[in-house]
Amino acid sequence: MSTAPQHPRSAALTSIEKLHARTGMARIVSWRYVVLRRMTQFGILLLFFGTAHWGWEAAKDVPLLTGNLSGSKFLGLIPMADPFAVLQIFLTGHVLQKESIIGAALVLGFYALVGGRVFCGWVCPVNAVTDLAGWLRQRLPIPTLFALNRNIRYFVLATALILSVITGVAAFEWVSPVGMMHRGIIFGMGLGFLALIAIFLFDLLILKNGWCGHLCPLGAFWSLVGKTALIRVRFDKDSCTHCGECAKVCPEPQVLNLKKLEQTGYVVAGECSNCGRCTALCPEDSLNFDLRPLIHRHHPASGAREAAIENRNT
Amino acid sequence: MSVKNIARRDFLAKVAQGTAVAACGGLLWDYLLRQEVRAHPYALRPPGALAEADFHAACIKCGQCVNACPYDTLKLAGAGGDMPIGTPYFTPREVPCYLCPDIPCMKACPTGALSPQLKDVNDSRMGLAVIDLENCLSWKGLRCEICYRECPLQGRAIVLETHPRGISKHAMFFPIVHSDACTGCGICEKACPTTEAAIRILPHKLVQGKIGEHYRLGWIEKNEITQEFKPAAPEAPAKPGKKAPGMDYLNEGAP
Repeated sequence: MSTAPQHPRSAALTSIEKLHARTGMARIVSWRYVVLRRMTQFGILLLFFGTAHWGWEAAKDVPLLTGNLSGSKFLGLIPMADPFAVLQIFLTGHVLQKESIIGAALVLGFYALVGGRVFCGWVCPVNAVTDLAGWLRQRLPIPTLFALNRNIRYFVLATALILSVITGVAAFEWVSPVGMMHRGIIFGMGLGFLALIAIFLFDLLILKNGWCGHLCPLGAFWSLVGKTALIRVRFDKDSCTHCGECAKVCPEPQVLNLKKLEQTGYVVAGECSNCGRCTALCPEDSLNFDLRPLIHRHHPASGAREAAIENRNT
Repeated sequence: MSVKNIARRDFLAKVAQGTAVAACGGLLWDYLLRQEVRAHPYALRPPGALAEADFHAACIKCGQCVNACPYDTLKLAGAGGDMPIGTPYFTPREVPCYLCPDIPCMKACPTGALSPQLKDVNDSRMGLAVIDLENCLSWKGLRCEICYRECPLQGRAIVLETHPRGISKHAMFFPIVHSDACTGCGICEKACPTTEAAIRILPHKLVQGKIGEHYRLGWIEKNEITQEFKPAAPEAPAKPGKKAPGMDYLNEGAP
């Protein structure tokens, strides 16, 4: 290694410059994952809503998607269930029926492959509320009120499980704003919108990324599941100029610890929701979605690819 | 002290702090849960629902029973309303349960909160019909009996009893509900023509009494003393020369 700084400030500034000089079209393209995420989030709710209220059917007498995000049935055949809810119900001492266990296993398996917090970024409707609050907060001069350890969510998770045993009801399900929102949209809101307003104000004025990034036990649960995920954000250390723009847009910036990423070559932390903000934004294209087993094959190749391009140019 | 020890100490302190936060928050959370769970003792649940506490534990709040109900009887409780959050219930005066023979709501339940042990929908016990005798048209002496005629278990859940009336030749026809057959479907409550229903469905716990098992209804055939209540075994016979216990009064004042 040379004695010169590995990542000169000038290179980083050039990268930031590049970001600011983007054309309008490039800016819109960089929102592609946000648009896709809103489409999956509300698309799934629309399938539930359409089945519940407009009688959407795949075939005669085969409802398309019944239930909600806590438990559902696709095409009247494939059961799905929120494994965290099922775990809580299990802890209350209720003997669960086979269908909910199969459903929970299917959902758990799916997210264990694509990334646990893909639920948070791509499915959970509360994410749309907190994203809006986060986006506004970046644009308003709102000072930091206090800092909270992000690991507090794991204590909330543990509390939810312990309380399920003590009270005999699924502790989080009875107070969950996530449940209030998707149930509310599909089956009738009641006063659930108040909880959502509270979360919005909390995230906007009190704590940045407060709910999803610090408190939500469901997110904590999916973070733990996500450690095995196959789809991960790959990091290319050769092209990265350490401009830090990725961490600015990331709702969980601690997962983008570049020193760690240089060693691992990809985002290891389970808290990453694969939301794609950083990959779409990175001015040097150093962050990209990839399959974990292929990352190490791609990683050394990234240097070789640049060499090949240089060879072509000369 | 080594760096490792300091790091461990720091870690333990943080765990203690986190646990303290969780414990404080947990107490509040626990209070909220207990409030919410006992929010409404009047909730009428779909056919096959487990007893209320078990139902609260088992229901995953997915609403598949609500989807499956062909009459839109079932509703999923919203947040902050009268009913425990996210659980299915019905309001008979609006839409009663029409007792589908195939029980689609029960079949849709993934957790067993609506128990598959219910094989015949007529065995379901969602609640019990209760008649307000003061406002029941039939009990006032009018010919109404609509609840009796609408009852899907006519003659079993609701029967008519005729009573002679003093000043008129015409008898009065009193509807009487029998709890051993009433499913609590609420079709009677829906049909009742009074401004406020004079027959209503309420959870058994709120309206049903229970006589002690020691009561013997001697005039009913085979109404034996129950197994649980056997008379105490007779005491051993008194030995000769001693007084028989409890029999002294017979000998008192004897010549």
